[in-house]
Amino acid sequence: MPNRFRINGSAVVMGLYLLFLLVPIYWLVNMSLKTNQEILGSFSLWPQDVTFQNYVLILTDPSWYMGYINSLIYVVMNTAISLAVALPAAYAFSRYSFMGDKHLFFWLLTNRMAPPAVFALPFFQLYSSVGLFDTHIAVALAHCLFNVPLAVWILEGFMRGVPKEIDETAYIDGYSFPRFFIQIFTPLIASGIGVAAFFCFMFSWVELLLSRTLTAVDAKPIAATMTRTVSASGMDWGVLAAAGVLTIVPGALVIYFVRNYIAKGFALGRV
Amino acid sequence: MNKTVNQKAWFLVLPVLLLVAFSAVIPLMTVVNYSVQDTFGRNEFFWAGLEWFDEMLHSERMWDALGRQLMFSAIILAIEVPLGIFVALNMPKSGFWASFCLVLMSLPLLIPWNVVGTIWQIFGRVDIGLLGYTLDKIGINYNYTQDIFDAWVTVIVMDVWHWTSLVALLAYAGLQSIPDAYYQAAKIDQASRWSVFRYIELPKMAGVLMIAILLRFMDSFMIYTEPFVVTGGGPGNATTFLSIDLVKMAIGQFDLGPAAAFSLMYFLVIMAISWVFYTVMTTMDKKDGV
Repeated sequence: MPNRFRINGSAVVMGLYLLFLLVPIYWLVNMSLKTNQEILGSFSLWPQDVTFQNYVLILTDPSWYMGYINSLIYVVMNTAISLAVALPAAYAFSRYSFMGDKHLFFWLLTNRMAPPAVFALPFFQLYSSVGLFDTHIAVALAHCLFNVPLAVWILEGFMRGVPKEIDETAYIDGYSFPRFFIQIFTPLIASGIGVAAFFCFMFSWVELLLSRTLTAVDAKPIAATMTRTVSASGMDWGVLAAAGVLTIVPGALVIYFVRNYIAKGFALGRV
Repeated sequence: MNKTVNQKAWFLVLPVLLLVAFSAVIPLMTVVNYSVQDTFGRNEFFWAGLEWFDEMLHSERMWDALGRQLMFSAIILAIEVPLGIFVALNMPKSGFWASFCLVLMSLPLLIPWNVVGTIWQIFGRVDIGLLGYTLDKIGINYNYTQDIFDAWVTVIVMDVWHWTSLVALLAYAGLQSIPDAYYQAAKIDQASRWSVFRYIELPKMAGVLMIAILLRFMDSFMIYTEPFVVTGGGPGNATTFLSIDLVKMAIGQFDLGPAAAFSLMYFLVIMAISWVFYTVMTTMDKKDGV
């Protein structure tokens, strides 16, 4: 009996915590289904008169929906670049010691610590001067500043968990380094790669300050579209809420598809 | 793990080095450049030496912002870390409900930061937000745009809402890595729930918890978007944290020199504190390895 009681206690804690997380999101969804008159005129826990007008507006107007496409493009680019350069580096950090390795590792981490506010203006000038301003690749590269160090850090942790004997056996068996890395090593740390990709996606998707500074029209992210349209046309609460709900969707999809993978990935040594 | 010395490993690190150097060193040098020069516009710059650093070190505005920032980071760490551990301890260990919780908990982490701000800005409004409306009906005088205390509470609750899951997920990962044998041994010894936590779970989570604390500290110390959207740094300057103040100075007033000097000192403070965390973490790693 005490065992059953404890499970129930945990369920209550989790229930309350999830409720705390979901209520503000529910409120946003609720507002996105109302008209502006209803939002400002009356107060109700659910929409009295459900309307999809706010969503229709966003999904049919290119100046709105292109924001989502732009964001997705640079996020995917950033995740690919970050992982591609972080994998070999993390391997080097986890397996070898070399001159300056500790300093280099800490230097990388300092970039994860650099406040984007410090870099906003210099980035603008740097990317303008090399002609990359308002392109997707500019934002993707800028986000590498904090995503690459994070990816190296996560992957290094996962790689340290793989016994070194595996490397040595593979070399004795005549594998070359690239072949060993791709055929044997990468599958072993697949969950680590999944977790690293998840974090890169997450931090690139949610960042606003740099992506807003580095874009004007062609690569403008959805987050920036939201702030500008709102300030220009007064407070259109319904559309704002609908746009907010739609920014949650890609994240929710990513988690949904990798949910077992993430649970496994987070479990580290127990897989 | 004992590592082999191999200088050729530098080649594996080279791509990262070049990429990050391009995004970090060049802009950082621009900032250094601004911090020692004065300008009257039209791209004419004059040597100003350490004048800006001197000015910023004696500026009350910066010290106030730093004070608010330290207080904010301390409060959210004090709430989020214990709460995150507590939630992780109560999470289902496996099966459908574990995935269910993981998915829902990750949700706030993947919402763009300005949308997080927007959600709470709406949620706290007395006229159209659930939280503000309810508090108002109960008879609590709540107004985050006017009252300093309410503004702080709103920003802190928002951050707890936004980031506790990260701590919880990392702590959960640490818990999952504990072999069942440990728990069985504790059961045989008739260890209490508290001693299981204190002597088995906490030490095993120490590594990931350090990561969680380091991440939360760094991110809370450079928080910008969320409080900016919710309170705009107000009422008055009550929630003007370092990044908000910096952007005001650099882009709002275009005081490049002082802003650059400010940036560098800001960066140094973060680096210094993070170095302490990092050193503690690596020493712990070494102990673990033995």
